[in-house]
Amino acid sequence: MPLSGTFLADLERIVGAEGLVRSAEGRLVYECDMHTFYKGAPDAVALPTRAEEVVAIVNLCRRERVPIVPRGSGTGLIGGAMAPLGGVMIGTNRMDRILEIDLTNRCATVQPGLINLSLTRAVATQGYFFAPDPSSQMVSSIGGNVATNAGGPHCLKYGITTNHVLGVELVTGTGELVRLGGKAERPGYDLVGVAVGSEGTFGIVTAATVRLLHVAEAVKTILASFTAIEDASEAVSAIIATGIVPAALEMLDAVMIRAINEGTGAGYPKDAAAVLLIELDGPAAEVEAQGERAARICWARGALEVRVARDDAERALLWKGRKEAAGAVGRLAPTYLLQDAVVPRSKLPAIMRELIAIGARHRVQIANVFHAGDGNLHPLILYDDRVPEELERAKAANEELLLACIAMGGTVTGEHGIGLDKAKNLPFQYADADLNFMYRLRRAFDPDGIMNPGKLLPSHPACGEGFRPARPRVPEGAWI
Amino acid sequence: MAVASRTAEAPDLDEIRKCVHCGICLPQCPTYRVLGEEMDSPRGRIYLMRAAAEGRVGLSRTFQHHLDLCLGCRACETACPSGVRFGSLLEATRAELRRAGPPAKHRLLQTFIFSVFPEPARLGAALALFKLYKRSGLRALVRATGVLRRLPQLAAMEALLEDVPAAAPLPEFVSARGRVVGRVGLLTGCVQRHLYPGVNRDTARLLALAGFEVVIPKSQGCCGALELHAGRVDAHASRARALAAAFPDDLDFVVTNAAGCGAAMKEYGHRIPELARFAARVRDVTEVLAGADLPLGPLDLTVTYHDACHLVHGQRVRQEPRQLLRRIPGLRLVELADSDLCCGSAGIYNLLEPGVARELLERKLARIVESGARVVAAANPGCLLQIAWGCRQRGLDVTLVHPVELLARAVDAHQG
Repeated sequence: MPLSGTFLADLERIVGAEGLVRSAEGRLVYECDMHTFYKGAPDAVALPTRAEEVVAIVNLCRRERVPIVPRGSGTGLIGGAMAPLGGVMIGTNRMDRILEIDLTNRCATVQPGLINLSLTRAVATQGYFFAPDPSSQMVSSIGGNVATNAGGPHCLKYGITTNHVLGVELVTGTGELVRLGGKAERPGYDLVGVAVGSEGTFGIVTAATVRLLHVAEAVKTILASFTAIEDASEAVSAIIATGIVPAALEMLDAVMIRAINEGTGAGYPKDAAAVLLIELDGPAAEVEAQGERAARICWARGALEVRVARDDAERALLWKGRKEAAGAVGRLAPTYLLQDAVVPRSKLPAIMRELIAIGARHRVQIANVFHAGDGNLHPLILYDDRVPEELERAKAANEELLLACIAMGGTVTGEHGIGLDKAKNLPFQYADADLNFMYRLRRAFDPDGIMNPGKLLPSHPACGEGFRPARPRVPEGAWI
Repeated sequence: MAVASRTAEAPDLDEIRKCVHCGICLPQCPTYRVLGEEMDSPRGRIYLMRAAAEGRVGLSRTFQHHLDLCLGCRACETACPSGVRFGSLLEATRAELRRAGPPAKHRLLQTFIFSVFPEPARLGAALALFKLYKRSGLRALVRATGVLRRLPQLAAMEALLEDVPAAAPLPEFVSARGRVVGRVGLLTGCVQRHLYPGVNRDTARLLALAGFEVVIPKSQGCCGALELHAGRVDAHASRARALAAAFPDDLDFVVTNAAGCGAAMKEYGHRIPELARFAARVRDVTEVLAGADLPLGPLDLTVTYHDACHLVHGQRVRQEPRQLLRRIPGLRLVELADSDLCCGSAGIYNLLEPGVARELLERKLARIVESGARVVAAANPGCLLQIAWGCRQRGLDVTLVHPVELLARAVDAHQG
């Protein structure tokens, strides 16, 4: 159902002609984020520059019961920033200013469209950084990070986005602008914790106050390569078992190494079956001692090579390769399914064996790049979307892998969020009563069901008063 | 629009499919930074190309508009982890638009540009007329009438040209100084030879000092880069063939000092396989001089370096010009923030899309002011013209030079 002329005119009055995308071509490019499997073009895209505009848009949409889909940089991996029911997409990318840097209180207040890395760059010379570092941090927005409660390699030590958000300014589904939390401790409900990770189903964040951390005295980045992925997994479990908490502990397999080396020329060992990136930070003496212990563990597990990045440039290159991994997959296959499941760290060797077996059974190539330190897997199951049968095999492998993770005591998603992609998996983890409670909470923020409908919670009839879209326009092949 | 109707010129679908939609290109894209819209980003443009190839959108006015807005700077290629060759896709899409899309914008202006700029003789004549226009007082008169305000494209062209230097033809052969280490050809370019003859003279002199015999064929024409970028692929192909034929076969390198020309020439083989051998010999002057032993005297200058898009992104030459400048005793090279973000010149883009070009120029000027340098080096005539114009307008005391000009002055200082 296209939007009415009067609705569009009202929308244009709010954001101006230059803030409104109406053309078919323009709307088309907003039909998916990085998860290109799910497509749904909005009926219009609004690009506000001020919170007041967001309030006005939400109230307009509420009046007309038009769905709203928020979008930051469109780098999500869960089918979150796409419009399965059409409606208005609100792009926050033009709200990208740093409103305040308060080093005394070690925090900054930013607009939601600010690119994650821009914040660290703005405070780096003073010795500070913003800890959540999703691999997309050179492009993803802080608003998007807050919406999905994003993780990243360094969350192993520093925690995920929610641990770094002190307060948010939120335009709720009722069209109210509310401030939750803030620089100082606030008495009462922890509504910041509720809002972070709500994926736009409660409202749209128009500003966030986030923690800044002081850069550690010393940092050491170790690259260890192995001839078998199981050996690398054993090394991970052993390092964690000693009590060392690395700043990051990442694993990449041979398939991924090949794609990355072709791209960034990060120089990962070509003949390795798996590579570990181990980063340690803290006081210099501690980092030195832990580095030696980690290296000994790697050698004991049959490492081919253990080397320490000599300088910042080499360290940056090793990380550049890691962070661009998902983007480099285009060198291997045009499309892929990406898992975000988590297993207990002790199960890492077992799940890797299972993963290899699943890949072989379904005849699919799987590239692995993941946060080994916290057991958060990111297998990329490669397929060619021009061959329908390949997609079926990839989907079967994907499903089997997820069930294997859950069977080992894992969870359905680690850090990417839920979106359209993983909503159907929530019943694996929650009882009906849990899900229904979440529905009721959602209704408190969004009584009309206009905020990012179809995302985060499953729309399965078994879930009691579950949200049922008024205009079913779910894309073909969507698994909801 | 059926997929089957696509021609050989249509963008390669396999190349398009290498894009996995990660968005890493977005913050590197000048138009995305200015406009903040997905369809004016590399990811969005590739998505549109794909949609056209799959018959989901037609080659509409809107489609053309978003492709027209692309500067062709190729910063997205540097950023892309999957190695999508965006420049080739853009050229092919523009060719397809010319063949089957709506009529081009600013047709009259484009006709003028493409019949004058790539023809050194005509460009020379046009510039001579401009000189007359300026000296006769006509310029003052035209500016006073305000007629240019209503013709922003013409105004942009008029404003870019501050002065036209006297013609300074080079000999067809310059012999090497000292031991001969090789034999190179020199591309004199179209804009370069008329507006920056000193850059060509200094290039030839430095190459000779580095031990190269320099062959400068009089018969050489235009490299065809402007036409390629506009999707005029037939004109580009015939110019490429003619240019390659103008240079003898026994050269070690064909040297260019204009980034746009160099990038196009290095990629001749993509469209014209028989020119692959010629293309493999093309080098930017800074690549050739980087390894040379030059007698450099001191220059007491603070200099910053602007990366010309088609040198840094098109040819992946980033370090060589900086290394050369650092070799000059006394010269302090300070880094320019966003040095590899387009200045808005982009061939003839500043003439066709003055709005976005102006915004990019303003950002570049702000970074230059922050750098504190009074001298800006850039290895492309388009950038030099554009940034110098911006500095004049803002009353900034900043001098624009090609890196070879600084090297030549350092040689003078040594010999002085």
